[in-house]
Amino acid sequence: MLNKIIFVIFQVLGIYAIIFLLLHLIPGDPIQVMLGDSASIADQDKLRSQLGLDKPIVVQFITSLSKAIQGDFGDSIIKQTPVLNQLLSAVKNTYLLAITSLFIAISFGLMAGVMAAKHHNRFLDRIIMNASILFISIPHFFLGPLLILIFSIWLGWFPVNGMDSPIAIILPAFTLALGMIAIIAKLTRNCMLELIDSDVVRTARAKGLGEWTILIQHTFRLVLIPIISIIGMQFGSLLSGAVITETIFSWNGLGMLLVDSIQTRDYTVTQGCIFIIAISYVLINIFTDLIYKFVDPRLKVGKLE
Amino acid sequence: MNRLPLIIISFWIFGLLVVYLLNLDPNLMQLDEILSRPSLDAFFGRDDYGRSILVRLIEGFKNSIEIILVVSVISCSFGVFIGTVSGYLGGKFDRVVSFIINLFMSFPGILLAIAFAAMLSPGKYNLILALSIGGWVGYARLSRGQTLLVKNYDFVKASHTMGASGLWVIGRHIIPSLTTPLLVEATYAFAGLIIAEASLSFLGLGLQAPEASWGSMMRDSVRYLLVSPHYAFFVGVSIMSIVYCINSAGDYMHRYWNIKIDQKEAL
Repeated sequence: MLNKIIFVIFQVLGIYAIIFLLLHLIPGDPIQVMLGDSASIADQDKLRSQLGLDKPIVVQFITSLSKAIQGDFGDSIIKQTPVLNQLLSAVKNTYLLAITSLFIAISFGLMAGVMAAKHHNRFLDRIIMNASILFISIPHFFLGPLLILIFSIWLGWFPVNGMDSPIAIILPAFTLALGMIAIIAKLTRNCMLELIDSDVVRTARAKGLGEWTILIQHTFRLVLIPIISIIGMQFGSLLSGAVITETIFSWNGLGMLLVDSIQTRDYTVTQGCIFIIAISYVLINIFTDLIYKFVDPRLKVGKLE
Repeated sequence: MNRLPLIIISFWIFGLLVVYLLNLDPNLMQLDEILSRPSLDAFFGRDDYGRSILVRLIEGFKNSIEIILVVSVISCSFGVFIGTVSGYLGGKFDRVVSFIINLFMSFPGILLAIAFAAMLSPGKYNLILALSIGGWVGYARLSRGQTLLVKNYDFVKASHTMGASGLWVIGRHIIPSLTTPLLVEATYAFAGLIIAEASLSFLGLGLQAPEASWGSMMRDSVRYLLVSPHYAFFVGVSIMSIVYCINSAGDYMHRYWNIKIDQKEAL
């Protein structure tokens, strides 16, 4: 466990260093980009010293790191307000979206997977499996507009974008969830089919248990373990998928903030957003490892290494 | 193998041939036919500048495949080099490399690409750079794992005893054992890269106008969703069709060689 914690600390530091280096070592002067070509040298120098960009890069790294540890990600260059405030409200919205779609993905995915396994190699199974291949191939930036077109414009059930009404979350959440539904369904089906031949199931059948009892009580619980690991992995890609989805649906989350900051060249905000998403990634991985222990007592987290 | 992917891929290759044989210009504008519906003149209709959507999609297909082939070659050769050397040498160097690999793995690759592309001026070469910067990690991890495995095989040890150099072992024993898993990894990565490239262009960070790219066409089409839904539909279906093709090619190879690539094996 201690090893793991030390690794995570180094991981977070490393991620911070990568982002920092990325944004600072790239050829081109951020000041010139921010102010445009017409700015006077005096203005450029003023902004440069204001941002601390005139100091050596090692000094810049250490000051920004020590500030970041205290939760200070600097001020937004455009809005002149602390980045942290912007980040916090964005994180809240993104997590709301991500968790909703995770919930959708898990419930629909498991349901579809169990149904497919139950009807193995029959009509329903084929439909579900073909649909999931299709769903995996739909990119978010196509699915989003497609759902808007069908459900907002033609049917008029949901608002096109924004986050004013509570049902506005449904379309972006489904956009994010659909690929994951497919992945979970496929995985659930394949794992269940593997287990159907196992001793556990044969014993249960020999005892005369009903088909559904075997399916839910015996196989399903064993299937949960690989599914949790895939959910852990997918939650991360959910966060990066949110960048596109939030842009399409004008959902005020991290992704929108990131894209806006890129377009306005507000690089302190860009840095903050990327760092927060990366940290979430790391935290989710730890969380997944911990959940393993509860689902499968045979595993002790410390011995996973 | 399912026949659908073959049909789709031949459609695109055929389209590419036709566009080049007839020398069709993807930027040819017909301003009196802006956003027109599909017709015999332009099978998929015309976009907001009156350009044929089909011709632009084929041009975008070419651009996208071109970029992604370059990205794949760069990230594959770099990743395999790093992976095999670090797996073979072991020790401190290996520990540093695997830490860096883990670092990059704990980071959504597309995010890195977005950050990088955003900081560079948009364009073809910077797009390639941005996509390669996270792309090598998968190859490096795969080849490192395989190297650790092959290094301890008896025949490799025997070849060592007979005086083979490290370079010989890597070139003669490790790299050949890597080809099949690498091919499968590259195929899945290819599908991911198509979406990543399109995502970057969708955010305006990829190829710049007037060059045709699927992502920027998607962005333009979303603007005209109400007036001409067919525009978005054709662009979206095109991207999907290629991703579907490549994924099923990956699945096919996967089943054919029965390779286990950790998480994908379960899928």
